[in-house]
Amino acid sequence: MTDFRPVQMRVPVLAARPVDHYHALTVVAPGVAERFRAGQFVAVAVGDDRSGMMLRRPFSIYEVRPDHGGTVEFRFAVRGAGTAWLAERRAQDLVDVVGPLGRPYPLPRDPVNCVLAGEEHGGASLVPLARALRRRGCRVDFVLGASTAARILGGDSAQRLGESLTLTTEDGSLGERARVSDMVQRVVHEAPADVVYAAGPLPLLRAVTAMGTSHGIPVQVSVEQQMTCGTGICMSCVLPVTDADEITRMVRTCVDGPVFRGEQVRFDDVGTIPFDALGAPGWAVAARPQHDREPVDATPSLTGSDREVS
Amino acid sequence: MTPDLRVDLAGVRLPNPVLTAAGCAGTGRELALFTDVSRLGAVVTKSLMSGPRAGTPVPRVAETPSGVLSAIGLQGPGLEVFLDRDLPWLVSQGARAVVSIAGGSPDEYAELAQRLDGQAGVTAVEVNLASANQADHGRYFVGDRSSAVDVVRAVRAATGLPVFAKLSSAMDSVGGTVALAEAVVEAGADVLSMINSVRGMVVDTTTARPALAGAAAGLSGPAIRPIALATVHDVHQALPQVPVIGMGGIHSGDDALQFVLAGASAVGVGTASLHDPGACGRILRELTGLLEERGWSRISDVVGRAHDGAPLRTGGFGRPH
Repeated sequence: MTDFRPVQMRVPVLAARPVDHYHALTVVAPGVAERFRAGQFVAVAVGDDRSGMMLRRPFSIYEVRPDHGGTVEFRFAVRGAGTAWLAERRAQDLVDVVGPLGRPYPLPRDPVNCVLAGEEHGGASLVPLARALRRRGCRVDFVLGASTAARILGGDSAQRLGESLTLTTEDGSLGERARVSDMVQRVVHEAPADVVYAAGPLPLLRAVTAMGTSHGIPVQVSVEQQMTCGTGICMSCVLPVTDADEITRMVRTCVDGPVFRGEQVRFDDVGTIPFDALGAPGWAVAARPQHDREPVDATPSLTGSDREVS
Repeated sequence: MTPDLRVDLAGVRLPNPVLTAAGCAGTGRELALFTDVSRLGAVVTKSLMSGPRAGTPVPRVAETPSGVLSAIGLQGPGLEVFLDRDLPWLVSQGARAVVSIAGGSPDEYAELAQRLDGQAGVTAVEVNLASANQADHGRYFVGDRSSAVDVVRAVRAATGLPVFAKLSSAMDSVGGTVALAEAVVEAGADVLSMINSVRGMVVDTTTARPALAGAAAGLSGPAIRPIALATVHDVHQALPQVPVIGMGGIHSGDDALQFVLAGASAVGVGTASLHDPGACGRILRELTGLLEERGWSRISDVVGRAHDGAPLRTGGFGRPH
């Protein structure tokens, strides 16, 4: 049986190149590449050996390839000192990566129609998802967008992999002058979609989930929360998720996600501890089950068992 | 020759001095993917309360220079879930479990300690004294000597397990920490774990609000290491017969050895595991190598060695040896 457990590796950079607003870093990391399933991420240490930056930076894995035993590409924007350091890495520099981490996108058993909606950096996890879906014979339609053209991530790959690609920008520099959430419904109707996957900021995930719920279409979302270790230790990345048992738990995005069924996430309560969450002040109600069980994925038509490597 | 790393903490015999620090090992399973938990001296659990606890809203963590500021709010499943689900796993792995407990009152601590008494697989109980005292408007027990003493005394009376008291530093002064250490030992603590995170803050200048949602945030990581070392040093000087587990920003074997020389019989690895999930195993290897290089055959021989030849303190009496 394939070993899916994440590994920690100190690995050389194979290639570093700018792609529009983002930096694309490819590292030689066979252990990560062979275990990777779409939707997972790497947590990267930043700074040199005596770095004062203690927190790892999480990045969706954009692509894995078999060259050099297995390479892993991730894309990121410079947002602070840590990502600035990473953007200065060049071929043969070493970086410390842990991965692949997190719950991957569940995949349909059957060749169904899938709409993939991504905003800003969210496109990064959807590109490998599209490859996995295509291998299963699924039809893929993309909606990708950002504030401006340079911030759309994965457009070229989406063009190749998708039956269609709808682009949106808020400034009108590319595609429709709109938000991704404005266009998803039309694409879902035209496909017509059996499943929708969404990745990006919370407002997009909330809107797509609401649309899917009203049309009876399952939605899988990949959540971006601040993560600091990626391995489930620090408890910094929690968000309120309601399980099949109707109990809301503050679950860790890094190990219980980042992919969740959209309707499980209490989007309106993200950033708070809902009063009725397990262990919150309003929780102390009798006749609740004692056990803090692991979240379960109750979507009947999807399975998380894609084990191929792109 | 491989040095003898065995330690004896007031009768708690461990194969080596490298422990996880409370709250930095997940349930043990998360860390076990990267470091062999059975080979560590012990796994100290995240602090458990009597029931499940949802913790503090996000954002919970901010990066600071060589440190991490965090306010998790003791999120956890509660003791019963731990006993049903997590403790059996630790036992099955051959790990030694030190169970950290936290409560809002001395009675709650005592109930937890009593529940742990006689539980197979529990090596010791660690009393987290940085938990908020609900009877005293949320003040930390650690900041209040009489409350801390009440908690330790209640735990001591409730369990036959070895009792580790987890203290912070600089709540008032180092002298205050020594006095607090003396008081909790007097109340029945067998071992002192120090230091807990140090109160800290980061302000977001865009929102003009504290960067973390929780007001009570703790600073950890290498930024607090010199503070922790001095605290361990001073407490060992005052209480040389009481074993100390030293912690606070330990990132390398050299860091660990500094704590041992300052007077720690064992060390706890905390924030380092966020940065390097293999840190505990690595630090154990590095520490072993440093002892070998120096020809120090037994770690217990060098505990507190930094005190030897130290200037005499007031009264003219050197440290008893």
